[in-house]
Amino acid sequence: MESAGIHDRLKARFGEGVTAFEAGALQPFAVVTSDAIGELAAFCKADPDLALDNLMCLSAVDYPKAEPPRIEVVYHLWSYRHLHGFVLKVFLPREDPRVPTVEGVWGVANWHEREAYDLLGVVFEGHSDLRRILLPDDWTGHPLRKDWVDPEFYNGMHVKPTAQMAERAMAGEQLGVGPFDVTPPNRHVPTDQ
Amino acid sequence: MTEITGLVQNKFSDHLVFTTVDNVVNWARKSSLWPMTFGLACCAIEMMAAGGTRYDWNRFGMIPRGTPRQSDLMIVAGTVTLKMATRLKRLYEQMPEPKYVISMGSCANNGGPYWRYGYHVLKGVDEVVPVDVYVPGCPPRPEALLYGVMKLQEKIQEDRVLRRKGETLGSLAGASMAPEAAR
Amino acid sequence: MNSPITSDQAYGWRIEDLDVDEMILNMGPQHPSTHGVLRIELKTDGEVVRAARPHIGYLHRCFEKHAESVDYPGVIPYTDRMDYVASMGNSLGYALAVEKLMAIEVSPYVQTIRVIMAELQRIASHSIAVGTYGMDIGAFTPFLHLLRDREKILDLFEWTCGARLLYNYNWVGGLSHDVPEGFVKACRQFLREFDAITYPELMDLLIGNKIFIKRTAEIGVCSPELAISYDLTGPNLRGSGVPRDLRKDEPYCGYGQYAFDVVVGKGAYGPLGSCFDRNWVRAVEMHESAKILHQAVDRLEKMERTDVREKVPKRVKPNKGEVYGRSEAPRGQLGYYIVADGTAVNPYRVKVKSPCFTAMSIFHVLARGMYIADIIALIGSLDVVLGEIDR
Repeated sequence: MESAGIHDRLKARFGEGVTAFEAGALQPFAVVTSDAIGELAAFCKADPDLALDNLMCLSAVDYPKAEPPRIEVVYHLWSYRHLHGFVLKVFLPREDPRVPTVEGVWGVANWHEREAYDLLGVVFEGHSDLRRILLPDDWTGHPLRKDWVDPEFYNGMHVKPTAQMAERAMAGEQLGVGPFDVTPPNRHVPTDQ
Repeated sequence: MTEITGLVQNKFSDHLVFTTVDNVVNWARKSSLWPMTFGLACCAIEMMAAGGTRYDWNRFGMIPRGTPRQSDLMIVAGTVTLKMATRLKRLYEQMPEPKYVISMGSCANNGGPYWRYGYHVLKGVDEVVPVDVYVPGCPPRPEALLYGVMKLQEKIQEDRVLRRKGETLGSLAGASMAPEAAR
Repeated sequence: MNSPITSDQAYGWRIEDLDVDEMILNMGPQHPSTHGVLRIELKTDGEVVRAARPHIGYLHRCFEKHAESVDYPGVIPYTDRMDYVASMGNSLGYALAVEKLMAIEVSPYVQTIRVIMAELQRIASHSIAVGTYGMDIGAFTPFLHLLRDREKILDLFEWTCGARLLYNYNWVGGLSHDVPEGFVKACRQFLREFDAITYPELMDLLIGNKIFIKRTAEIGVCSPELAISYDLTGPNLRGSGVPRDLRKDEPYCGYGQYAFDVVVGKGAYGPLGSCFDRNWVRAVEMHESAKILHQAVDRLEKMERTDVREKVPKRVKPNKGEVYGRSEAPRGQLGYYIVADGTAVNPYRVKVKSPCFTAMSIFHVLARGMYIADIIALIGSLDVVLGEIDR
């Protein structure tokens, strides 16, 4: 089924839940409301004509400069039965992005949603295990937001490189042998002084 | 060497060797470096290749061990992230003395390609553990790693076990008992 | 004198008093068989795993942040470093996605070279996967044999582009280097050795080995529905009996012109979708790749050399838009979701759907009820590369 056909079917079933359809895009996508996404996802998978049984990718994108500022959650779906795909988007307010989880529909969404929570701070309501997945548990902030600034330290370790580190890294280069081409003195032998 | 040779020439049976304790101990240490299998990232694949058929680091007496408690060399092969850094330090502390560290690849040396934007990458493993030999490259070829191992062996040969402070020892061939000769 | 003990009281304790709690066991992040820095928290009841919880992120190298911070061609070295066992496949997927976004069509000559490189890389990657899998469960020799032949492929790559492991070879709109003079001959030489020695040797030594079959054919069974729900792709999906391969379904780089079979697990020695099936698919796929290579090399020989950088744009700056490009990397479908805002020379957002990430997300389902020793066999059969899971 073509993208337009899929959209018509979703529009007929959910009406207000599907707010926009971008047919001219390279890969056409439909925008749905965050209230409708849970039911809509289940319908996409269960409906025999759509049979979108595979969630290829779930991404979140931050748009701080859009009006109003928003975070998009993008669902790339694929049907192994009919070999067609479709793209769904949910627009969320940037201050408090909340969207129902779809992990009950596609098992793989569990980890994708955890990643989106970890890196962009999107909260998936009803998720069974919404913890950070890539970054350590005691990390603060969400690095893939566009206003992210690197902290100076994490647990006493430098996050941003310092001038001294740069100087040390280039020490070998000044000798003309390339960075780190010098073997440091033997630390197992005490010095004579 | 000559005066010693003249003194002891033809005086002993075949299997007698003169050397220093330090020499023997260092020779034993450097010839049986047991690295911990500690592959972190891309460089681990080149480390595997160095242990594999063509490069074969068993020639150096290197046998990879699965646990830090049996190994005396840690090859930090790959990117050390902030999440991993504390674990890496603990692994280093679990190794028995004497222990050596080879930092393999640009990432372990100073963050490499993740220097500027890597918010979760440690900028150099020497922030958490002391490093004996740096091997540059992204990733270093197996030959480069083996050269680094040879550099480390040279360093180990200089280690002191019994000698007094202030004495140094050259290579096995140039070894002399007299402290003056060494200076 | 020594009367037989008749009651529990005589021991001083009763069976019911024994502490039979479940034990939490941590495997990794430094473990020889987890293929990198993966940590798994196992809740064990004796030898049986009651629950497993993988912890990832020990190699999170901020790929997506780097992709936003450097320009489009500058991302390619970072894609190489994601799945460092199969760099060619990663950069190919990215280049294809950006080309799709910019509507660049590369010449058949470049496409053929890309196919050759991708398939050589597939053989090299599967060599590592199958070899280390054997090593994980106790067969050391096949690893050495496969690594020996992988070196021959790396020689071909090194000859072409100068790097052994991370190539930066597939550029947006072309390639970094043309293949050298005599490449076709060397490639044929490799294929001869592969067909005559490596592949039969592998099938005899490891895949057909009775001990290997007994060890792997009954464990880690994944049904097709579960595999699709958890988005397993590539050999993992085909091991469960789903004959889906992007090279057939959505041919890119002219894959439609080559004759090859999609290898599907048969469940010959146990239930369909077991660890053995996944691994068997990988081994046979190496043979299929060799089949493609034979045809591609013949095709390349007849072609006229063209400039491989002909279509490389001076400045890669796509119009506003977004694309989800995917390709069949050795480990499965690798997807790049690229958003371009039309004004900057760097991508607005790049999200990677890596096959290893999704393969690892099914782990806790498959591991339930297994023995601890089989956990290693399960990780190896999913063939995860931590660089790609954590990115």
